[in-house]
Amino acid sequence: MTDVAVSTTKVKARTTAEERRATFVGVALVALGAFVFWAFGLNVAGDLDSTFKLSLPTDRFQGIEWTVNTQLLGFVVAGILAFLGGVVLRRSHLKWTNRILAVGMVFFVLAFLAWAAGGKSFSFVGMLRSTVILSVPVTLGALTGLMCERVAIINIAIEGQLLTAAFVGTILGSSFGPWVGLFGALVSGALLGAVLAVLSIKYRVDQIIAGVVINIFALGLTSFLASRVLAEAPHFNSPGRFTPWPIPILSDIPVLGPMFFDHSFFVYGMFILVVVIHFGLFYTRWGLRSRSVGEHPEAADTVGINVYRTRYRNVILGGLIAGFGGAFITLAQVPRFEENITAGIGFIGLAAMIFGRWMPFGVLGAGLVFGFARGLQTKLGILGAPIPSEFLSMTPYIVTIIVVAGVVGKARPPAADGQPYIKD
Amino acid sequence: MTQGEPPDDRIPDKGYPEWFERVTGVGSSIGQAMVVPVLAFVTALIIGGIIIILTDLDTLRLYGESPGEAAKQSIIGVWEAYKALFLGAVGSQRAISDSLFSATPLILAGLAVAIGFRAGLFNIGVNGQMLIGGMAALWVGFSFSLPMFVHITLALFAGIIGGAVWGGLAGLLKGKTGAHEVITTIMLNFIALFLIAYLLKTSFFQAAGRQDPISKVVAESARLPTLFEGGRVHIGFLVALAAVFFTYWLLFKSSIGFEFRAVGFNPDAGRYAGMSVAWVYVSVMAISGALAGIAGSNQLLGLPPFQALPGFSGTTGFDAIALALLGRSHPFGVLAAGLLFGALRAGGRSMQGLAGIPLDLVLIMQALIIVFIAAPELVRSIYRLKAPEGEEGVQLTTGWGG
Repeated sequence: MTDVAVSTTKVKARTTAEERRATFVGVALVALGAFVFWAFGLNVAGDLDSTFKLSLPTDRFQGIEWTVNTQLLGFVVAGILAFLGGVVLRRSHLKWTNRILAVGMVFFVLAFLAWAAGGKSFSFVGMLRSTVILSVPVTLGALTGLMCERVAIINIAIEGQLLTAAFVGTILGSSFGPWVGLFGALVSGALLGAVLAVLSIKYRVDQIIAGVVINIFALGLTSFLASRVLAEAPHFNSPGRFTPWPIPILSDIPVLGPMFFDHSFFVYGMFILVVVIHFGLFYTRWGLRSRSVGEHPEAADTVGINVYRTRYRNVILGGLIAGFGGAFITLAQVPRFEENITAGIGFIGLAAMIFGRWMPFGVLGAGLVFGFARGLQTKLGILGAPIPSEFLSMTPYIVTIIVVAGVVGKARPPAADGQPYIKD
Repeated sequence: MTQGEPPDDRIPDKGYPEWFERVTGVGSSIGQAMVVPVLAFVTALIIGGIIIILTDLDTLRLYGESPGEAAKQSIIGVWEAYKALFLGAVGSQRAISDSLFSATPLILAGLAVAIGFRAGLFNIGVNGQMLIGGMAALWVGFSFSLPMFVHITLALFAGIIGGAVWGGLAGLLKGKTGAHEVITTIMLNFIALFLIAYLLKTSFFQAAGRQDPISKVVAESARLPTLFEGGRVHIGFLVALAAVFFTYWLLFKSSIGFEFRAVGFNPDAGRYAGMSVAWVYVSVMAISGALAGIAGSNQLLGLPPFQALPGFSGTTGFDAIALALLGRSHPFGVLAAGLLFGALRAGGRSMQGLAGIPLDLVLIMQALIIVFIAAPELVRSIYRLKAPEGEEGVQLTTGWGG
């Protein structure tokens, strides 16, 4: 009797793991709806309007905007959230839980923005545009991590790689022009990648320690050089800047034009890299080999794949991507170097890689979400919204903890991640 | 054991893997254990000297005109820098006091990382735990007016609780959900950083009449008194010493410590032996965080101007990783490494003041020391030494999954 009881509960437990999560998410959505009803609905004066400006002053088509009653939008979004929560709670489409959650979050952010802009108008397109720009170093950092972890090398040196590349890009860019700066940044990123690879593959240093060391070294060296060399010779700290290359016709499209088609080539490069890496990982021999080395190096070795060479190659390619990201910071975003200019972007990149679940398009999405959070922060400061910017700054990190804790479904890293491979 | 010979015939059947021997220094003579750290330190000094020469722009220009004179200038430059470093570290009573003062938070933070390593956990979150613990101590420090001894004890206790909560959170996440502590502690560092930045702007914490994020001042009665007149070293150093002995007792003399080390050695075996691995993770991280919390309190209660600024923990959390590695995760090793790094810190400041070499050079040297300690083969290949048999690289952590 007891045996039977135990086995049935076991079967039940197996089916309810997804269901429990659905219940959790559903309740959270309904609670969020109630919060929106109160905070962005009841709490708002009925005669306030929020205006979303959908064109930039430099656009060809001017004056596109959307005005909506703030309170009404709050009530509508509250209703939508409650409805979505109800759908999730029915547990009929368990696979859709995360997608519904994502849709709910988009509506929540919309209501939040309207509330923050209550009675004023703000440049919605400007914010979306800065989202894309701010996501570039994060996404490129995350792609670096992805390239490494797909072959089971943990890279927490992304921060150091970005910082060093930003520094080298500045020095060489100031001396020989931005193209040489870009080249130097790529090489320095790849070199640090090679250091990480040698330490963790050849010398089998604990990969996390190797990453920490590279970060400390990069911070120490760039700060040392910045205060000893750049301070004395400021002409080394004025690299030329890569100007935007608007794409003809496409850049004139309202909203989408300024968002995607009026940027420096770094932004286009980010999108291209995401597509190329996705295609490469899942549709080419290189990708199959890389993934097999990351999942099961012994098996890969048995079928004749050179595990060490694959790892070296990917970690160094990852370094190139980090170099590209570092160059973006000092050659396109802020055209000068300051001590610790990356200020944790590399770690947000690491977070984005996990949030994106080791998938190129996931990483891009995570990068955009985190870029949005950073853009929102400055925007709220301008709007004078009564919410401390520090809490928005925390968002990427809190989201990452929630993801690794498995609340939003289990994120699974490559199976051999972080383990050195010893060939017999 | 007492001879300085390489342990050729003692390799098999010791019941623990070789790397454990290297990390702990167990089974090898002191001399053998010291070779790599000493060479690592010397190599870091040499590379530091090269960096000083290469970044001295005026002298580099001179090489074009008269190379002999320039070489002399370069050597003088390095000599002056290291002389300032040495004298600033141990050259006078005041220098030694400064060194001990700088060593205090390093020892405490190093112990925090070391205790984690022993249980197989990598606590990169010392910085965040220092921030939270420090803020808790600060709160007690400026809110109450009590007799000195009671006040200091209470403030440090608050620091311990604050750090333990922040560290224990990562332990709880690992124990209950399997979230890797390296990721959660990195993230918790940033969360603490922004939380402190926010708190320092609230009227409760912010100094009256200030617009910038700076806290109220710790009351006189909660400030750690200096050990002797005119020096900077204060009773925090004694607290750190006590923490060294406590950690040693906890790890090697208590049954809890045995569980910690058993789980660190092999979690599955620990689980089969009836230990609650989740509980061990929570308590190790809480104790580790508590030590970090004392380090953080130390930065506010023992360091003029006795106020908190955003990110007041600095790079101590990362220095602590170097310390734990250099001290081979042994409390006494951490003490020795902490004294060395404290001396480097104090000396580095005098080097910055007297020879104009930025303090960041110390950071570079620390990174080099860690890399050489973690990759002993690298040091041996530089000096063409023969490796003791059965030696492998340090593998302290596992992938995100485990």
